[in-house]
Amino acid sequence: MSPIHDQSYRRYQGARHAVGGAWGVIAWSGIRAMLAKRAYVFLLIFSWVPFIVNAVRIYLVTNFPQAGSFLGVNPQMFRSFLDSQGVFVFFMTIWAGAGLIANDRRANALQIYLSKPLLRAEYVGGKLAVLLAFLLTVTLVPGLLLLLLQVAFSGSFDFLGKNLYLIPSIILGSLVQVIVASTTMLALSSLSKSSRYAALLYTGAIFFTDAVFNALRLINGSTRMAWVSITANMAQVTDVIFRQPARYETPWLVSLLVLVALVVLSISVLERRVRGVEVVS
Amino acid sequence: MSESVVTLDRVNITYGKQRALRDVSAVFPTGAVGLLGPNGAGKSTMLKALLGFVKPDSGALNVLGLDVAKRPLEVRARLGYMPESEAQIPGMNAVSFVAYCGQLSGLPKSDAMQRAHEVLYYVGLGEARYRNIETYSTGMKQRIKLAQALVHDPDLLFLDEPTNGMDPKGRDEMLELIRDLAHNKGVNLILSSHLLPDVEYTCDHVVVMDKGTVATFGTIEALKGPSGRVFEVRVKGELPVFIAALKAAGLEASETDEDVMRVFVPGVPVGPGEDQRKISAVALSAGVQIRHLKPSLPTLEDVFARAIGEA
Repeated sequence: MSPIHDQSYRRYQGARHAVGGAWGVIAWSGIRAMLAKRAYVFLLIFSWVPFIVNAVRIYLVTNFPQAGSFLGVNPQMFRSFLDSQGVFVFFMTIWAGAGLIANDRRANALQIYLSKPLLRAEYVGGKLAVLLAFLLTVTLVPGLLLLLLQVAFSGSFDFLGKNLYLIPSIILGSLVQVIVASTTMLALSSLSKSSRYAALLYTGAIFFTDAVFNALRLINGSTRMAWVSITANMAQVTDVIFRQPARYETPWLVSLLVLVALVVLSISVLERRVRGVEVVS
Repeated sequence: MSESVVTLDRVNITYGKQRALRDVSAVFPTGAVGLLGPNGAGKSTMLKALLGFVKPDSGALNVLGLDVAKRPLEVRARLGYMPESEAQIPGMNAVSFVAYCGQLSGLPKSDAMQRAHEVLYYVGLGEARYRNIETYSTGMKQRIKLAQALVHDPDLLFLDEPTNGMDPKGRDEMLELIRDLAHNKGVNLILSSHLLPDVEYTCDHVVVMDKGTVATFGTIEALKGPSGRVFEVRVKGELPVFIAALKAAGLEASETDEDVMRVFVPGVPVGPGEDQRKISAVALSAGVQIRHLKPSLPTLEDVFARAIGEA
């Protein structure tokens, strides 16, 4: 062996992972990058305030029965909790999601990524996982924890036994919110090289469709046109998932179809935009 | 010819109405191969097709014995690609970026980090490895692109215009690195460039492309070699008339940036001084006066000019 350490280029003799795990590397890197931003962590913590409020409510009702007269713990409470998290889902989607692909497009990073042994689907999956991880942290995780707290504070499974459907409802309701928001944001992010522009597009898509719906409601005096609004469709479908009366006159199946179409459209946009080479015809 | 690392068999690629590659067949041997051609010749398209970024309309692409269409991930696991345009992953410092690229290529996290430090030292960015890449100069960005292409120790490197935007000193250093990789470290590479001196300095073989086709290929020595002689000529008089007369006499001429032109005399020499006499006779008939006539060594520029028909 040479006594002098060779600091020049050396061939690599170590192990290599099998292909297929790159999405995890992308996801973890994205999550770490967001957690390095103090303001984002503050928003993440702040988004748990409704959870704390509801946890206190469950504690009061289960330990002081007289509080139950004005603070009910019922399936509606869990539905309302998901509704209240909608605003955090909106802000976190914009903050974490707008730059996920737009910044890579600005820096020509796609050709770096796609020259590595990973599929385009893996790249999108990794980016999607970043958003899903944060959004599920403010919807699914606190929702299920509230249910657990109810059991823990009351010391019985009576409530859970009577409302066992709440477990799949919280899971499904959260997934509807999170998947629609994530895929839409990611598709819009892939359309631009500017994260600000992507954020504006998303905000516009949410508020414009809602404004159109409200205008039509005023004109028609009915909520049959709720399907034009992304948030109304999510609310309508989530109501049905939680076995609550639907809040709009639009059939829930129509709302579900609109959301499915939105997700399919987003995936189609991503399929077209995430490429190693941009062909300008 | 030695073992091949890349083969293309009748490859056609079209962008809209533009045919980027026309029925291209080529074999790239092991070692360092220069992919030469003017802008728009199809060099970058060829590299992108080999990476699987662009699907050919027809034809077959084979890299390191693997079919690109059927096994793109295995191909890319063994390739390193240094793109032509500025490219980085935003918000990272150099060592994180290169280690991240290593992980994406399948290296375990700790190995990727160790390799990142090593290759950053190798490309000359050791001292700047904790700086955010977005603050790097153009030359440093070229080096970091080379580092990310090297981190997973590829069997084959694609370098697309690696000296673009570099100052002369940086360019020389980059060429030294490329030459070292190819000749001392056993890394096969394909260097796409329109800069003939870069290819001549670093490569043994060359594939010359023009208008989406392969104009010529072979070892640089063979292409420069026995098929003719080159003379430096300076004349006083009507240059276009002289060039036309040379062409009519079966000789090839190309103007250089200076006032000296290069005249290529094809074929086997008839006798000593015969080529010079032939050029002098043409000058006489064209009514120009020869002020300078000196034998010259054929350069890659001559090969290139002949291959794409500029001579």
